[in-house]
Amino acid sequence: MDIYLKAGVISLEFLQSIKMAMRSIQGNKLRSFLTMLGIIIGVSSVIVLISIGQGSSKAVTEQINQLGTNLLTVNVMNSDIVKLTVEDAEKFRKIAGVKDLAPVVSGRVNVRNGNTSTQVSLIGTTASYETVRDVQVNQGRFLSDIDVDYRQKIAVLGANTAQTLFGIDNPVGQYIQVDGTSFKVVGVLASKGGSMGQSGDDVILLPLSTAQRLIKNTNVQTLYIQGKNAEQLDWVMAEVERTLMRMFPDHQDSYSVFNQQDLMDTMSSVTSTMTMMLGGIAGISLLVGGIGIMNIMLVSVSERTREIGIRKAIGAKRKDILLQFLIEASVLSAFGGVIGIALGLAVGQVLSKAIGLSVSYSVSVSLVAFLFSLAVGIVFGVFPASKAAKLDPIRALRYD
Amino acid sequence: MTTPIIEIENMTKTYQLGGDVVHVLSNVSLRIEKGDFLAIVGPSGSGKSTFMNMLGCLDRPDSGSYFLDGREIARLNDNELAVIRNEKIGFIFQNFYLLPRLTALENVELPLLYRGVKTKERQKKAYECLEQVGLLERAHHLPSQLSGGQQQRVAIARALVGNPPILLADEPTGALDSKTSQEIINIMKGLNEQGHTIIIITHDWEVAKQAKRIVRIQDGHLFESRGDLVGISSVD
Ligand SMILES: Nc1ncnc2c1ncn2[C@@H]1O[C@H](COP(=O)(O)OP(=O)(O)OP(=O)(O)O)[C@@H](O)[C@H]1O
Ligand SMILES: [Mg+2]
Repeated sequence: MDIYLKAGVISLEFLQSIKMAMRSIQGNKLRSFLTMLGIIIGVSSVIVLISIGQGSSKAVTEQINQLGTNLLTVNVMNSDIVKLTVEDAEKFRKIAGVKDLAPVVSGRVNVRNGNTSTQVSLIGTTASYETVRDVQVNQGRFLSDIDVDYRQKIAVLGANTAQTLFGIDNPVGQYIQVDGTSFKVVGVLASKGGSMGQSGDDVILLPLSTAQRLIKNTNVQTLYIQGKNAEQLDWVMAEVERTLMRMFPDHQDSYSVFNQQDLMDTMSSVTSTMTMMLGGIAGISLLVGGIGIMNIMLVSVSERTREIGIRKAIGAKRKDILLQFLIEASVLSAFGGVIGIALGLAVGQVLSKAIGLSVSYSVSVSLVAFLFSLAVGIVFGVFPASKAAKLDPIRALRYD
Repeated sequence: MTTPIIEIENMTKTYQLGGDVVHVLSNVSLRIEKGDFLAIVGPSGSGKSTFMNMLGCLDRPDSGSYFLDGREIARLNDNELAVIRNEKIGFIFQNFYLLPRLTALENVELPLLYRGVKTKERQKKAYECLEQVGLLERAHHLPSQLSGGQQQRVAIARALVGNPPILLADEPTGALDSKTSQEIINIMKGLNEQGHTIIIITHDWEVAKQAKRIVRIQDGHLFESRGDLVGISSVD
């Protein structure tokens, strides 16, 4: 009971001290603001930089995940040397741990609907592509095995292609011209968004066999292989590489095998290093802000030596003076911290609106930044405050 | 005979100034009873303020003993001295020494703040003391908005608020005209009648002669002279 009462009194006094600290901060507005500026800049840059860092790493992760799950990609760079036939590609199904695969022949084609025409990427592939690459069909259907077997002249449009050719009309069932040949549209894909510089939506998908004939190329340029699970992916990758080596000895430079997981790990380690570096730089500016606070508190202590003497003469103990200056430093830095957080969030908003940076806020970062600025105030306030507390009352009173 | 509230034996204080040693106080002794009204006079630089700082536990003597209300001051540490200053002594300075950013009321509250008194009670007592010195209507003014006499009355209220047995005033009227200083002295006399022990440093004979005792400091020694009109005590 008594303890609770005491705690109540102490917290009341604490509020009172904060009020007093606010008063002396207000007493010298310009100086207080300039002092806080260091903390404000430090905290807001922490917030902005970490938000950008987290935002871009989130964006990268999303983009990589969009490629498909447990995905291996075999890219043929030099198709004159490495002639990967569809039959070769199908051999990879025998590797244990492979769930499915989708060979792709690709090129660029002109597509036209009436008077509207556009250049898009051609993807000639099989029905497996849908699950391997994890694409979503928005309208109609995807390519089927029968389409491939009977070399059907049907097409599935990427979201942008459909938009360009048909606007808001439903393309399914309509006919378009692909490099002069008429194709029936059977489906439209959902938008995937841009993926590493190129839009995944400016495409047209045709049955593999149809595409081979259209662009007069039977060789597979890209082979997507989906593993059964993430754990086996490395092993599957090694097997794929060994098989390729057997098929095309001495031509390792002409093809490459990507592991989506590796890509993700690399990218996320890059972005997390970047985030940490940005955070570190911002942290240093916070530290500089702290030194500014210490500097101003030292000036304040020597300016207010007389006040300290008076307070001691009427019964202030060391700890009273210590607490007074410590609270002042903390209020100053915490105030700067709050302003800095607000500024950081605002700047982040502006950046994301103005130049389309992906920004990701987190409450924990704001909280940590605030606590850090408070800690900076306390740490850098201790020295000036203890200097004030140790002043000899007589010397302090006589000081001018 | 009752124990004196202040008892000083053979107190010495020297200052080192360059190579010279200045004996500001050499072996001074003084007893002050509860309810006394003592004026300390002496030429400038004679050590009046130095002596007052000893009495007020702001400074420590080089040697000698000092009992305040039965407690030996030399044995106390800084924190205990702070408590003594807070509870036993009310200081009134020549230059008022009010905190410029605090209102009159808040200035008066300060000693109670350091005593840990709750806000409500603190304000109630501070208002009472301001009323006692006739400044109730100026409670929320800043020191810069008050005249010298008013500031000194705030300082007196601040010295009073903790109800200390001893009031120490170092030239409380030095900065005031004679009419205002008489008002201040009248307040002090009233407080003395209420039982406070009052020690006042002054250059002004008109002020000094209203005290019950007059002590002169000269060349490091204390001499008690008879007040011309009041208070007869023997020289120790
Ligand atoms: N901190 C100090 N260091 C050195 N000498 C000091 C110090 N404080 C006081 N003195 C010296 O001690 C002597 C007494 O000073 P004090 O202030 O007590 O005089 P005073 O009687 O109050 O004078 P006044 O009437 O002018 O206020 C002076 O000679 C002064 O120079
Ligand atoms: Mg003096």
